[in-house]
Amino acid sequence: MSALKSQTDQQLALELKDLRKSFGKTEIIRGISLAVEPGQRIAIIGPNGAGKSTLFNLISGRFAPTSGQVLLDGHAIQGKKPYEINRMGLSRSFQITNIFPKLSVFENLRCGVLWSLGYKYTFLKFLANLDDANARAEELMAMIKLDKKHDVLAINLTYAEQRALEIGITIAGGARVILLDEPTAGMSRSETSRFISLIKEVTVGKTLLTVEHDMGVVFGLADKIAVVVYGEVIAFDVPEAVRADQRVQEAYLGSSVADAQGQGH
Amino acid sequence: MITTLHRQPKPVGHGRFWVWSLFAALLAVVPLVFTSSLSHTILSQMGIAIIVCLSYNMLLGQGGMLSFGHAVYSGLGAFIAIHVLNAVTEGKFPLPVSLIPLAGGLAGLVTALLLGWVTTKKSATTFAMITLGVGELVWAMSLMFPEFFGGEGGISGNRVTGPKPLGITFGPQIQLYYLIAVYTFVCTGLMFAFTRTPLGRMLNAVRDNPERVEFVGYDTQKVRYLSFVIAAFFAGISGGLAALNFEIVTSEVVSGYRSGAYLLFTFLGGATFFFGPIIGAVLMILAFVLLSEFTKAWLLYLGLLFLFMVMFAPGGFASLIMMNVRVAAFGKLKPLLGHYAALLVTGLLAFAGVAAMIEMLYHLQLDAALGSQLRFMGMQLNAAAPATWIAAVAVTLAGLMVFELARRRFSVKWGDTQESIEKEIKRREAL
Repeated sequence: MSALKSQTDQQLALELKDLRKSFGKTEIIRGISLAVEPGQRIAIIGPNGAGKSTLFNLISGRFAPTSGQVLLDGHAIQGKKPYEINRMGLSRSFQITNIFPKLSVFENLRCGVLWSLGYKYTFLKFLANLDDANARAEELMAMIKLDKKHDVLAINLTYAEQRALEIGITIAGGARVILLDEPTAGMSRSETSRFISLIKEVTVGKTLLTVEHDMGVVFGLADKIAVVVYGEVIAFDVPEAVRADQRVQEAYLGSSVADAQGQGH
Repeated sequence: MITTLHRQPKPVGHGRFWVWSLFAALLAVVPLVFTSSLSHTILSQMGIAIIVCLSYNMLLGQGGMLSFGHAVYSGLGAFIAIHVLNAVTEGKFPLPVSLIPLAGGLAGLVTALLLGWVTTKKSATTFAMITLGVGELVWAMSLMFPEFFGGEGGISGNRVTGPKPLGITFGPQIQLYYLIAVYTFVCTGLMFAFTRTPLGRMLNAVRDNPERVEFVGYDTQKVRYLSFVIAAFFAGISGGLAALNFEIVTSEVVSGYRSGAYLLFTFLGGATFFFGPIIGAVLMILAFVLLSEFTKAWLLYLGLLFLFMVMFAPGGFASLIMMNVRVAAFGKLKPLLGHYAALLVTGLLAFAGVAAMIEMLYHLQLDAALGSQLRFMGMQLNAAAPATWIAAVAVTLAGLMVFELARRRFSVKWGDTQESIEKEIKRREAL
């Protein structure tokens, strides 16, 4: 029985089991359970303050959950340090751009690559001789279309370029599960649509969870949508079903669903 | 004036090889040009200071770790080195004198292995406070254990001991200088190499954004800890060389005062560039050895310079140099030279006025018995006469006024130059 159970667990890329988080007496995440299969693209939506970012922080190890479990490929990761979780194959981006401002674009990406290629804390090898790390960083730079900005310090990039770099660092280590926290925050509409196709390109074959506000983006990108309201998942289904869900409409979506439908058809 | 470099500076062709060759040649030739024994003393101390300031900058510039206790590691290195030297003299420990600095380095390394884990637990302010605490702790210990630290008299030794290969005794200062020069060159090379390794680069990343580093798989404390230990190793080597150089080590070498000097001069030289601390180290020895001979108010001048740099050139002398190198690379330096001359002349005028007042004040406070006359820049000043003071104030004010005018004109010109360089870069990128 238990063998059978662990087998089914391993088929999931990420699983949350009754995850809870309290800050003081306030419970922000109130028992979230979620099962994500490998290769799925999940969008997490919900009103401001619903706990979407907190959820990401719990999964990625920024905070430890008060109770509950997070399983990455069947291994419990709740309460582990962010770097431990990252080494196990989960990587995340941030809502507020979180890059290495005084390093060049290339160096930013190389920093994201080093651990996954096994270079760890070595000071007995020259970076310039690490052919695999350098090739990988170059490849990433081309993927996020910053190859012309090789030596530009990250602080001097435009906002959209910094957001792209943010994604680049996130995928650099080759993590299987990628968490993107509002990747298109602060972007114009045209930038957003270009950016979404970029995200699709660079996360091919990966399991993707993304927090997103833009409904057009959500319905275009996601295989499944999880709706978080007041720290609970009130719906988790394919976009059409979520769109039709009465509770979701009442709780949150309202007119934005109509908007998205109007644009979509 | 305050501006950052847009791009990461790139080495050009074989430029790096020539820079290192020049550095080696400089270390070799300088004592042949300046042959007085004072110069050799100064040059030896500069080598020692270069190593310790570069090691300090591994923390400050490369790791964003503001340490107030770096002298703990250079100082304990010095103490172990002098004890080892004495053991060699007594025949208890067969080690060539030329390798004793390594014993100092090892002492710094072991000390940092023990104290570093706690110290590097946190970054930023917490880190600074812990280094301050550890510094005070060791300083207090230096008074508590006179057997090891030698009490007020310190521990002395004699470097002319042990085997003498090729007749090298390290008795003459020049022989010791060349030993120091070799260590300086090798340590500088190794510390530069460190900046080109995965750990060195992740240390920069930890400085820039420790949180993100945790999300690319690295334990920030481990990055800080390992770098801290390596920095302490080089600091210890510098301490070991100092022990050989002075043949006496007093508890002053572990003091907060010494740590503060490392911080101040590393900052002045420029923490954002690898070579900045070398400039800082040279300035440190010039200030300690020469400026202190020249005027009793030298610490005050140093403080003024520090203030001035913090306000106008927070990247230190190194960043001033590199910004102008960039301007020169775009062929736009020539029109600025006139402005620099104007800044220099007006600045010196204002400084002359301020310095006259400082010197008169010091003279009145400390040398009143010698009368009210003092020599200042070849002039006889009467510190008691109101006229002298009025003149000094007038010179200061006039100097400040013309300096401000020159600064404004320069600032406009500088802004234009930077703007045109940015445009040029954009144009080249578009090609």
